[in-house]
Amino acid sequence: MRFSSEFRDGSLARRIAAAITAECRPDRSYSFMEFCGGHTHTIARYSLEAMLPASIRLVHGPGCPVCVLPVGRIDSGIELARDHGVILCTYGDMMRVPGSQRLSLLKAKAAGGDIRMVWSTLDALKIAQDNPDREVVFFAIGFETTTPPTAMALKMAKAQGLTNFSVFCNHVRTPSAMRAVLQGGSLPLEGVIGPGHVSAVIGIEPYEEFSERGMPVVVAGFEPLDLLQAILMLVRQVNEETPRVENAYVRALPAIGNEKAQAAIAETMTLRKSFEWRGLGTLPDSALRLADDYAEFDAELRFDLPYRTVPDPKSCACAEVVRGIRQPQQCPLFGRTCTPDNPIGSCMVSSEGGCAAHWLYGRHQLPEEPRKETA
Amino acid sequence: MTAHPHRNRDLFPRPMDLAGGRVDLTHGGGGRAMAQLISELFAAAFANPYLAQGNDMAVMPPVTGRLVMSTDGYVVSPIFFPGGDIGSLAVHGTINDVAMSGARPLYLSASFILEEGLLLAELKRVVESMADAAKKAGVLIVTGDTKVVERGKADGIFIVTTGIGSLQSDLNITGERIRPGDAIIVSGTIGDHGVALLSKRENLEFETTIESDSAPLHGLIGTMIEAEPDIHCLRDPTRGGLAATLNELAQQSDLGMIIDEDAVPIRQAVRGACELLGIDPLGVANEGKLIAFCPSDKAEALVAVMRDQPFGENAAIIGHAQPDPRRLVRLRTSFGSERVVEWFNGEQLPRIC
Repeated sequence: MRFSSEFRDGSLARRIAAAITAECRPDRSYSFMEFCGGHTHTIARYSLEAMLPASIRLVHGPGCPVCVLPVGRIDSGIELARDHGVILCTYGDMMRVPGSQRLSLLKAKAAGGDIRMVWSTLDALKIAQDNPDREVVFFAIGFETTTPPTAMALKMAKAQGLTNFSVFCNHVRTPSAMRAVLQGGSLPLEGVIGPGHVSAVIGIEPYEEFSERGMPVVVAGFEPLDLLQAILMLVRQVNEETPRVENAYVRALPAIGNEKAQAAIAETMTLRKSFEWRGLGTLPDSALRLADDYAEFDAELRFDLPYRTVPDPKSCACAEVVRGIRQPQQCPLFGRTCTPDNPIGSCMVSSEGGCAAHWLYGRHQLPEEPRKETA
Repeated sequence: MTAHPHRNRDLFPRPMDLAGGRVDLTHGGGGRAMAQLISELFAAAFANPYLAQGNDMAVMPPVTGRLVMSTDGYVVSPIFFPGGDIGSLAVHGTINDVAMSGARPLYLSASFILEEGLLLAELKRVVESMADAAKKAGVLIVTGDTKVVERGKADGIFIVTTGIGSLQSDLNITGERIRPGDAIIVSGTIGDHGVALLSKRENLEFETTIESDSAPLHGLIGTMIEAEPDIHCLRDPTRGGLAATLNELAQQSDLGMIIDEDAVPIRQAVRGACELLGIDPLGVANEGKLIAFCPSDKAEALVAVMRDQPFGENAAIIGHAQPDPRRLVRLRTSFGSERVVEWFNGEQLPRIC
C-alpha cells in the first residue's frame, strides 16, 4: 500500500537500527519517552525495542487520551446518559473505560442509557439533527488532534442554530502533560519523541520550552521507520549535546502546524483554570472548556454537572504507567485480573494504552508464569 | 395467476400487497394473514415435498451415516449488502457450520423474526435469495416458523437456520486433532465480508468494490477430503475473523500457532479500508472461507487441489501449529518482528452475520 508500506520496510529498518547502534556511545545511556500512545503501539506492534541496543530505553508517556481521563469524568458521562436521559455520543475507545461502581459506558448502555459510538463529530451533529426532541451530548476527549473536529462541530451547531446539541468538553493539551512529566524530575530522561499528529495542529514551536531547558525533542510520524528515524536523531542530539526541537515527520507536518485548526479552537474554546488528569494530578491551564461565546453548547453548564474526584481502583498502577514511572508489567494487576476483556484501569482499554499494547503484542516476550491447573 | 402460483383464491381472496405492503402484527398472529404469507411467500419460494407435507414438522427418509446438526442466528445489518443479503447468509453460514465436520448438508429449517413495518417487498427479496442459495447448494428448507414483533423490538428481520447433514465416512475432523507441525491453510482472501458490511454501515459509507465472500463451502470441502482424507481440522473464520478462530483452536488443541503476515491473502482494497479504519484485517469476518489443518507434508498437494475449486482459488499455507504452554497465536510480521495475535474486542463492529 503506497504511503504506508514504504515506512514499514523491515530491511531499511534494520539499517537504521544498525546506524543507531553504531552511534550509541558505550559510556552513555539513552532513555527516551515516547509521549504518544500511538507511538507506544507502533513500538510494541513491530517489536522495535528488540532491534535497538541495550543502552536505549523507551519509556511510555501520558499521550493516550482515555488513559489520562480521570474516573470522575467517566462517571459524569455515565450520569449524563443515565440521569439526564440524553443521547450520549462518544468515540469507541471510551466505551469500555471503567468508571466507578464497576460501570462503564458500555455497561450503562446495556442498562438502558442511550449511548452511541460515533466515528466523527459530524455523526453526533447528524444525530442531533435527526432527533430534535432529544438532548444530544458529544463526549469530547483527546489532545490537540481531536480538538479541531470538536471545534468545527461547535461552529456548525451554532451556524445551524441547533439547540439540542452540546459538548462535554474534556480536551487536553500536550505541552501541559509533557511539562508535568518532565518537571517531576523523577524520570532520568535524555529525550522526548513528540507526537506528529499533535504537531500537525499546533506545530513544533510549543516544545521549545523543553529544549531550552536541555531536553531534546524530535517530533515523529507513526510508522516504524518514522520512530527509528526519530530515535536516531535523538541519539545524535544527545551525543552532540545540542538539545533542540526537530521535525522527523516532514512529509506530513509544516513547522507552524495548522493555523485554520488553531483559529477554530481559539474561537470555540478557552483554557480551564485547572483540570484533573489521571496520574498527573490537577494541572493549571492544561485543558479546554467551551468559550463564553459558546457557553450555550456547554454540557457541563446545561446539565449542571459538578466535577467530583474519584480515586483510581485499588492496586491499579495506571497513574504511574502514564507518568512513565512503572512499566505495565510491573503492575500487580497486569494480565491477571486486568486484561483488555476485563479492564480495571484505563491503560488496558484504549487502543493507545501502554498496558493494552504490552498485553496485545508483547506478552510472548514476557517471562512465562506458572501455568494454572484447570479442571 | 402467475404472480401467486400457490394462491388459494377461496382462502385468500385478496393478493398480498407485495409492492407497497408492510409486515404487520397479523402476519404473525396465527390467522389468515399469516397463513397467506406462509403459503404465498415461503412455501412458494422454498417448494419441496417435505415442506409441502404442510405439518408443523417435516418427516424425511432415513439418512445413512452419522447425523450432523448445527444452528445459527442471523442479525446482520444492513440486511442487503454487496455480495449478498441476510437470506443467502443464513443459508451459507449454517451449511458451512455443518460442512466443517466433513458432512454433506441436506436439510435446513428457517425461523423468521420479523419487525412490524418491514416492507413485504424486502421480505420477498430475502426469501427468494434464501431459496436461490439453498437450490444452488443442493439443500432443502423443509420446515420453518414466522413470528412478528412490534416495531422497535427487532431490526427488520432476524433469521435462525438449523442444518442437518450426513457424515458418511469415518472422518474425525475436530480441533482436538490438531498436532504440532500441522500446516495451517486458508482457502482465500481474508476480511472481505466484514469490510463489505462496514462500507455500507450508516455514518461510515465509503466507496469500495469489495463484496462479501458469502458462499457455501461443502463442495470445496468434499473435494479436499477426497484428495486428502487426513485433514485434522476445518473451521470457518466468521465473527472475529482469522484471529478469533486461531485463538479458539489454540485453546481447543492446547497448542500455539504461528502465521506469516506475508502469506495471509488479503485484497489490497481490504487492506486499505482496514488501515483507514484502524482495524486489523485478521479480526474481520469472513463468510465464505475456511481454515484447514493437515500434516505439513500433505499441505502443498491439498492447496493445489483447493486452487482448482470454486471458492478455493486463493488458497494458501499461512503457518503451522506448534507446542506452546501459553497457547498463543503469533504473527511473523512483514517487518521481521513477531507479535501476538489477540482476540478482537468486537463492540466497534456492526452486526456482521
